[in-house]
Amino acid sequence: MTTLTKPEGAPAPTGPDSFLSVRDLKVQFSTEDGLVKAVDGLSFDVERGKTLGIVGESGSGKSVTNLTILGLHNARTSTVDGEIVLDGKELVTATEKELEQLRGNKMAMIFQDPLTALSPYYTVGRQLSEPYMKHRGASKKEAKDRAVQMLEKVGIPQPKTRFDDYPHQFSGGMRQRAMIAMALMCDPDLLIADEPTTALDVTVQAQILDLLKDLQQEFGSAIIFITHDLGVISNMADDLLVMYAGRAVERGSVKEVLRTPKHPYTWGLLSSMPRLDGDIHQALDPIPGSPPSLLNPPSGCPFHPRCAFKDQVAGDLCSQERPPLAAGRAAACHLTAEQKQTIFIDKIQPRLR
Amino acid sequence: MSDNLTLPTQQGSTDTPSAEPLLKVEGLTKHFPIYGGFPIKRKVGAVQAVDGVDLTVGVGESVGLVGESGCGKSTTGRLITRLLEPTAGKITYSGQDITHASRRQLAPVRSEIQMIFQDPYSSLNPRQTVGTIIKSPMEVNGINPAGGREARVRELLELVGLNPEHYNRFPHEFSGGQRQRIGVARALALEPKLIVADEPVSALDVSIQAQVVNMLQKVQRELGIAFLFIAHDLAIVRHFSQRVAVMYLGKIVEVGDRESIYNGPRHPYTHALLSAVPEVEIAEEGPARERIRLSGDVPSPIHPPSGCRFRTRCWKAQDKCATEEPPLVQISGNRPGHLTACHFPEDPTTEPRDEDVILDPALRALEESATKE
Repeated sequence: MTTLTKPEGAPAPTGPDSFLSVRDLKVQFSTEDGLVKAVDGLSFDVERGKTLGIVGESGSGKSVTNLTILGLHNARTSTVDGEIVLDGKELVTATEKELEQLRGNKMAMIFQDPLTALSPYYTVGRQLSEPYMKHRGASKKEAKDRAVQMLEKVGIPQPKTRFDDYPHQFSGGMRQRAMIAMALMCDPDLLIADEPTTALDVTVQAQILDLLKDLQQEFGSAIIFITHDLGVISNMADDLLVMYAGRAVERGSVKEVLRTPKHPYTWGLLSSMPRLDGDIHQALDPIPGSPPSLLNPPSGCPFHPRCAFKDQVAGDLCSQERPPLAAGRAAACHLTAEQKQTIFIDKIQPRLR
Repeated sequence: MSDNLTLPTQQGSTDTPSAEPLLKVEGLTKHFPIYGGFPIKRKVGAVQAVDGVDLTVGVGESVGLVGESGCGKSTTGRLITRLLEPTAGKITYSGQDITHASRRQLAPVRSEIQMIFQDPYSSLNPRQTVGTIIKSPMEVNGINPAGGREARVRELLELVGLNPEHYNRFPHEFSGGQRQRIGVARALALEPKLIVADEPVSALDVSIQAQVVNMLQKVQRELGIAFLFIAHDLAIVRHFSQRVAVMYLGKIVEVGDRESIYNGPRHPYTHALLSAVPEVEIAEEGPARERIRLSGDVPSPIHPPSGCRFRTRCWKAQDKCATEEPPLVQISGNRPGHLTACHFPEDPTTEPRDEDVILDPALRALEESATKE
């Protein structure tokens, strides 16, 4: 389906089912301070009906990647390089008009903060109906029926009356439900959820996550789920991509990555999180330092200034050469496979119990 | 699960409140009035943010206060630091009633109760240097430490893990985690006995959160400061606090030692809250937990439900719950100090149930149709 043009950034396997594939994506913003490399050579695939989780800290480029897929980046200040292929269609070079036909139809997005993502000026019902009328050529009545049906599906009580309400009349959890309903109006093949539950309380978050999972079963959409919360990812995703400083540092199925992580950054994330059933007397093991500035990212492996295991790599390899991310289950790290395994079993795993 | 049964606790603190608590809060209430009407504005209602909270914090003890947004946990913190004036109730600090104490009466107490704020960006004055920020509490209180204030500030910076040479820098030169450390140094400047930490790490990235939590824990243990740790993240609260109070809609619904609250909760809300926490599955054979999915959101604190405030979202609610407010008492089978406000408490376990509790209608409909197929 895709021709792998760029050798850098390491091609991931393009299975027959992968219907979104991103190859060596580079997004750069020019700011007053200089060029920000928000995404720097990112490649991944999403399979039909599966959920890809993208996890990373703020500024790791996870949101930018997904805005770029939807073509929502600011074209005047940013340059995009690489390939994004959705179901055989190249999106990086697509015109605004072509993208308009895809957005809300074939691909849709659920934003973090539903209060700013919904227009306060129009009723929820109108905002739901609009994409359906535009993309499907439906009449107002058909669109309303569909919207009411969707509102009911996502659990909004009295959907017929709520159809005419404004977003401010909804509570936080209900607004997020309305957003999900809106994203699913045209039965999209790809749903991008950017921190959809971060602004919500835990009990509401649990409801929304389960709802999203059940709806995915019914609609069969592929989901890209972006979050900084490993716990949420563990419940939601099939595959996982760990991002750091605009690059993917580890990839694999969720179980593989969370149970036998291979990258020092993933180790750090896991051992810096307290667990509900963890040992209270075990101090947390934070990652030292802070995330790098993307204006001037570290040379070589971007994680090397914070990495506790870089002395185990011969020479200055970590600070000189950027480790490649191999295909499939892989971690972008210079440590050898045996080293990783010994470190994980001896030093990391005991801390996670 | 069983590995943390009453292990010896950290020095200077016990799992049960000591005989004479440092801070005692009784029936603390804060109602924010709502004005409306035209042409003369009248009080038309009140947001019952905090409604009868009882809480004690022992010397050197760390008490966690958890709950969802709008449950009144931050308001409680602000009432205790007297940044807000309580509507009713009583706050006793070291045997002294400070509920409505005047500015002058409060002055000596203020230096002993300090606060750490959630947002490290808005809680530091951008026009002052770090040195000035940390020094000013000492200036206000006229404290002249031996060696001078500047030396003390440098010492504090080192204590919270910052470079003392950053004395003359401005807040914008620091990252979020470093700013939060500056906030902590400022709180420590007066050698307080109690620190109210209002969501001190929730604005930070995961990898930075752990750094700040470790630093706070070090400070708490080394200096023996009591903490009221307000947060919505249950795992962090468990890590930090020996005792935990769970709030819902302005009331404490359950309070007890860490072990009781996390492994043997009795209140249905505590069960729901714990079951909602997303946990990383790091092993195949991880301990299974019950699954409870509530429906809807927290009701408005302007018109809270009668009787038990949780009854509108509770799966065990009966008529009694609507008419009679359950008192916060020790239910039979609970350890001393483990109090629950519920007429029909749950079993003290978080093991999976025979049948999941799913109250959300949309979720139930989807899952029923999925199982039918």
